[in-house]
Amino acid sequence: MVVQRFGAVCNTLLTVLITMTGLLFVTFIIGRVMPIDPVLSIVGESASRATYEAAYHEMGLDKPLLVQFLYFLRDIARGDFGESLLTARPVFEDLMRVFPATLELATMGTVIGVLIGVPLGVIAAVKQGTWVDHLARITALIGYSMPVFWIGLIGLLVFYGKLGWIGGPGRLDIFYVDTVPAVTGMILIDSLLAGDMDVFANGLSHIVLPAGLLAYYSLAYISRMTRSFMLEQLQQEYIITARVKGLSESAVIRRHAFANVRVPLITVIALSYAGLLEGSVLTETIFAWPGIGSYITTALLSADMNAVLGGTVVVGLVFVCLNIFSDLLHRFFDPRTKQ
Amino acid sequence: MTRSVTPQMTTAPTKKFRLRHWLLTDSPASRRQARFSAWYRSWLAFRANPMAMLGLVILVGLLFIAASAPLLAPQDPLSQDLAARLSPPGTNGYLLGSDSLGRDILSRLIYGSRITLYIVSLVALTAPVAGLFVGTVAGYLGGWVDVILMRITDIFLAFPRLVLALAFVSALGAGIENAVLAIALTAWPPYARIARAETLTFRHADFIHVVRLQGAGSLRIITRHIWPLCISSLVVRVTLDMAGIILTAAGLGFLGLGAQPPSPEWGAMISAGRKFILDHWWVATMPGLAIFLVSLAFNLLGDGLRDVLDPKKSER
Repeated sequence: MVVQRFGAVCNTLLTVLITMTGLLFVTFIIGRVMPIDPVLSIVGESASRATYEAAYHEMGLDKPLLVQFLYFLRDIARGDFGESLLTARPVFEDLMRVFPATLELATMGTVIGVLIGVPLGVIAAVKQGTWVDHLARITALIGYSMPVFWIGLIGLLVFYGKLGWIGGPGRLDIFYVDTVPAVTGMILIDSLLAGDMDVFANGLSHIVLPAGLLAYYSLAYISRMTRSFMLEQLQQEYIITARVKGLSESAVIRRHAFANVRVPLITVIALSYAGLLEGSVLTETIFAWPGIGSYITTALLSADMNAVLGGTVVVGLVFVCLNIFSDLLHRFFDPRTKQ
Repeated sequence: MTRSVTPQMTTAPTKKFRLRHWLLTDSPASRRQARFSAWYRSWLAFRANPMAMLGLVILVGLLFIAASAPLLAPQDPLSQDLAARLSPPGTNGYLLGSDSLGRDILSRLIYGSRITLYIVSLVALTAPVAGLFVGTVAGYLGGWVDVILMRITDIFLAFPRLVLALAFVSALGAGIENAVLAIALTAWPPYARIARAETLTFRHADFIHVVRLQGAGSLRIITRHIWPLCISSLVVRVTLDMAGIILTAAGLGFLGLGAQPPSPEWGAMISAGRKFILDHWWVATMPGLAIFLVSLAFNLLGDGLRDVLDPKKSER
């Protein structure tokens, strides 16, 4: 029993290791395929031939690709992603600084999305064909059809520009910036820890529109998938059995139908969360949100390869972890996947 | 939703209804008739859904507009008239206004529909098929095949779609084809995961065992018995993604990495109008509405298709 469990843990660890190596390899290849000369970006355009050659050798670019990849792995294992050309700081430091901003935004979006999306999907499935169902459907459809950068612009124009109800771009008003000590890097949590309600309120007024937009997107997806899964379950025969048995309708839905929806729903929520973490590039651009998405985009536009590769690796690693977590939950909840 | 289609039970159908009668018969004489009959019944069910029909009508309209763009557009999408720049909708002969170079926004939207359709069809023809294949093979065969395929899927899934597209674009040069390539390369893994999850839930089902005992090989079981059961989840996902593909491509255009100016791509048009949003709202709003309308149409269509294509849905 213990040996078996140990084997399973080893198996999972091995899987994680393989996935991450693959991820790093693809990143490495993209970095090599890029038409940006890594030597030139260090020695500069006007360097002499000899300086160029020296730097070329020093960076190990004359070695075989596999050896270069091993160097790359070694550097990453040390947390050394090189230096960003744009900020002139280690990429690792930059990433640690911008990641909490993205995490805060995506988490808030997902939490709101799940809290509204799952019940909405269940109700829509149970009341299939009624006005509730149609309303849920239209809400989701509109959310899913709107270009985020467009609705973000219009939202800013209306709620910030015209009405002045919310904070504008950025995470805080300029005179609140750096007033609370950065413990987690997430403004809302840091301000609560410091007990500074002014900063908290200001942070909230800035995050509400971008997080609300992301939440709308994730709830559109989550509610539709929930409805689809629920409908499938409600047509099964065990539901009829449960009803014939005399169970109340709410018990049938909660204990029987929804219990079976929970498992595929975990995958959906994990995918959606990961999607918000990585895919908020446009939202971050519109709202000048200093997160990982806008960091990578800015870096790409200015050919800052170290920053791009570092950012891609970090986003990728987070994603892999989320996926494995959802896999574990899947295994934990679904008896059918046990042999 | 639940209206059933009753065949015409007249003993001697008139000429007009003969085809309909042939299609709706309860006892098809040939496999071909049965198949056409099933399609026709699906169409009747689909037609009964007004929202799905609305989506279909919008998309057919889009096809028509894209096909006859030179005839419909009141002006050349690239011709500039700086004297009439930023004209509000309905003035100076611009139905939807003009942009910062005095180009007719309506004409640009009409030509932009071609770009949108081009992107969507390229991605939709490649990514879901690849995902379905990988996911069902991995789920059904299990073992090391599953491990390898799912690791590859995870690796690709681990790439931020927009970021990979950005990386591709800077490696290969900005342009629509590279954007499409990047979107397709990042779009297939979710299909693979969903198809695998579906496959896992019935790979040990009795009917699969029965087919296997009858001597069916893995390929036959996967393509004939597992694929049809995965389609319903995939259709929902693909049609949701159709809209997503349009939005991603528009997002790339918005960031200046998809279609290049002066191409009338809708996302790039929003980006160009961003500077003027406070005083000249229509420049960014009109292309946004166009994107929204087409995405919505795909979503409506997908919703209707889901109801029709779902074979697990009982016909009560």
